[in-house]
Amino acid sequence: MNRLLEEKIVKTLLFITAFTAVFSVLLIGVFVFIEGLPIFFKYGITDVLFGNVWNPTNQVYGIWPMIVGTIYVTFVAILIGAPMGLGVAVYLVEIANQRISRIIIPAVELLAGIPSVVYGLFGMFAVRGVISSLERGPLAEYLPSNYQTGYSILTAAIILAIMILPTIINISLDALRAVPKEYKEGSLALGVSHWQTIYKVLVPAAKSGIITAIILGVGRALGETMAVIMVIGNTPLVPALDWTGLFAPARSMTANIALEMGYAGPEHQQALFATGIVLFVFIIILNSITTLLVRRKGRK
Amino acid sequence: MKNLFKGKMFTGAILTVLTSAMIMTGCGGNNNGGNNGAATNSPSNTPTESASPSPETTVSGTVTIAGSTSVQPLAEELGTAFMGTNGDARIEVAGGGSGAGVKAAQAGTADIGMASRALKDEETGIEPIVIAIDGIAVVVNPGNSVEDLTVDQVKGIFSGAIKNWSEVGGQAGDIVVINREEGSGTRDAFGELVLGEEPFVAEAIIQNSTGAVREAVGQDVNAIGYVSTGGLNDSVKALKVDGHEPTEENIKSAVYPIQRPFNFLVGEGKENSAVAQAFIDYVLSEEGQRIVVENGYVTATK
Repeated sequence: MNRLLEEKIVKTLLFITAFTAVFSVLLIGVFVFIEGLPIFFKYGITDVLFGNVWNPTNQVYGIWPMIVGTIYVTFVAILIGAPMGLGVAVYLVEIANQRISRIIIPAVELLAGIPSVVYGLFGMFAVRGVISSLERGPLAEYLPSNYQTGYSILTAAIILAIMILPTIINISLDALRAVPKEYKEGSLALGVSHWQTIYKVLVPAAKSGIITAIILGVGRALGETMAVIMVIGNTPLVPALDWTGLFAPARSMTANIALEMGYAGPEHQQALFATGIVLFVFIIILNSITTLLVRRKGRK
Repeated sequence: MKNLFKGKMFTGAILTVLTSAMIMTGCGGNNNGGNNGAATNSPSNTPTESASPSPETTVSGTVTIAGSTSVQPLAEELGTAFMGTNGDARIEVAGGGSGAGVKAAQAGTADIGMASRALKDEETGIEPIVIAIDGIAVVVNPGNSVEDLTVDQVKGIFSGAIKNWSEVGGQAGDIVVINREEGSGTRDAFGELVLGEEPFVAEAIIQNSTGAVREAVGQDVNAIGYVSTGGLNDSVKALKVDGHEPTEENIKSAVYPIQRPFNFLVGEGKENSAVAQAFIDYVLSEEGQRIVVENGYVTATK
C-alpha cells in the first residue's frame, strides 16, 4: 500500500515536471499573442508586416526592415558557418588523428560556452574594424556613405557564423559517425579515392543529420540578440538587396525587441510584442521542419 | 484507471495555463490603470494627509507626482530614497508628459507636477522649482580635429543635411551618426532641444545605452553621438557648442545651449501638504542633489 502511494506521488511529480515545458511554451505563446495581436488589428496586418518604416514616436510600426534584416543576416551566417562546421566535422571523423581531435573537440566545446556578449565585444572591436577599413578602402567607391560604418550585416553574420559552429559541428559529427563502416569500406574497396568517398558516400549518407544540424544553427542565429545588437548597427531600414546590402547596417527582430523594450509606451510595447509574434512563427516553422526531418530519418 | 488519472491531470494543466494567463494579462491592465489613476485619485488623499502630526522627525502620508516621463525616473529614485528614511510616507510617481504635469499641478490633481522644460508664458498659476538640469554633450572621437560646432551645425548633422566633416571644418570623411533608440529620454530631449520638428537622419547607427554610444564613438574617428553630461569620460571628446564647453558651470549659467531644466511644479501661493513640502526639501537638500548627480544630471542648487 505504502509503496503504491509512493509510486503514485513520484509519478505525479515527474508528470508535473515534464509538463512544465509544455506550460511554459503555451504560457509564453499565449502571452506574446495577447499582447501583440492588437497592433495587427489596429494598423492592418499588411501595413505592420510589410511596412518599410519603423517610427514608434509617430505611431508607424512597420516590421518589414527587421524581417528582411533577420533573414539576410541569418542566411549569410549559415552560408559562412555551415560549410565551415561541416568541414570541421568531416576532418574530425575522417582525417584528424587522436592527438589533433583532442585539441579541436575541447576548443569547440569552449566556443559553445563563451557568453554572447563576449562575442559581441570581439565583433565590435576586432571584426568591425576590419570590415570598416574594407568599406572605406577598396570598396568605398561602390558603397553609399552610410554603408561604410563597419556596423553591418556581414559583421553580424561573421560573429553568428562562429557562434553556430559548435551546434553544426557537434550534430553533423554524430551524423557522420553514425554512417555504417561498410559504406566507407565498400567505397574504398571499389578503388574510389578517400576524398570522393567523403563527398559522394559519407556526406550523402549523413545528409538528414547534417540538415538537422544546419537548421538548429539557423535557430540559434535567429534567436541571438546581444552579440547582434553590438555589431549590426540597429538601423531600422531595409538593406539593399544586392551585394552592397552585405555592408548595410540593419536591425534584427530580436534586436528590435531588446533595444526598445526599456522605455516603450503601451502601444510601442504592443508593436514589440508583434515583432515577437513574427519571430515566434519563424521559430515554429523552423522547428516543424526539423521535427519532420528527424521523423523521416527515424522511419528510414 | 490510468487513463482517468491522465485525463484529470491534463485538464488541471490546461486550467493552470489559462488562469495564469488571465492573471498575467490582468496584472498588465492593472498596472496601467494604477499609473494613470494616480493623478486623478490624488485629491481624495491630500487633504486628509496634510495634517500630519510631527513633520520634524518623519512625515507620513502620500505625495502624488505626475508629468514628464523624462523626470519620472529621477523622481522615482528620489522617492525611493525619501521613503527609505520616512517609512510612513508614500511617493507615487506617474508619467503623462510635461503638458500633463502642468495641468495636474494647475488643477491640483497631483501634489507635484513634473516638467522637463521651462514654463510657457500662458502656463500660469503654478510655480516651478528646478530640481536638476539635464545637459547633453555632443561627443566625437578624440582623434577628430573638430572642436566647436554651432547648434545649427549639430542640427544639420543629426538631421542628415550635413554629411561630411569637411563641411564643418574637419578633415574630409563621411560623418557616422550614432543615435539612441526610440523611447530613450536622452534621444527625446536631444531631438526636442536641437532638432525641433526636424526628424533624425534615418541612416544613423543605433546604440541603446550611454556606454554603447561612447564605445561606438570612441572606436570610429568619423563618428558623432550625444550623451548626458553625467556620462562623459575620456574615451570620447565633448564638443563645444556655440563656443561653450558642456561644463557644470556653463550648464548652470545656461550659456551651454543643449540643456533643459527638470522642474517640480506646485500651485502658486498654495500651501503644500507637510509631506509634499518635506519631499521637496529633501530633493533640494544635499542628499537629494547627490542622487541627482548620481543619475547623471547637473545639480540645480548654485
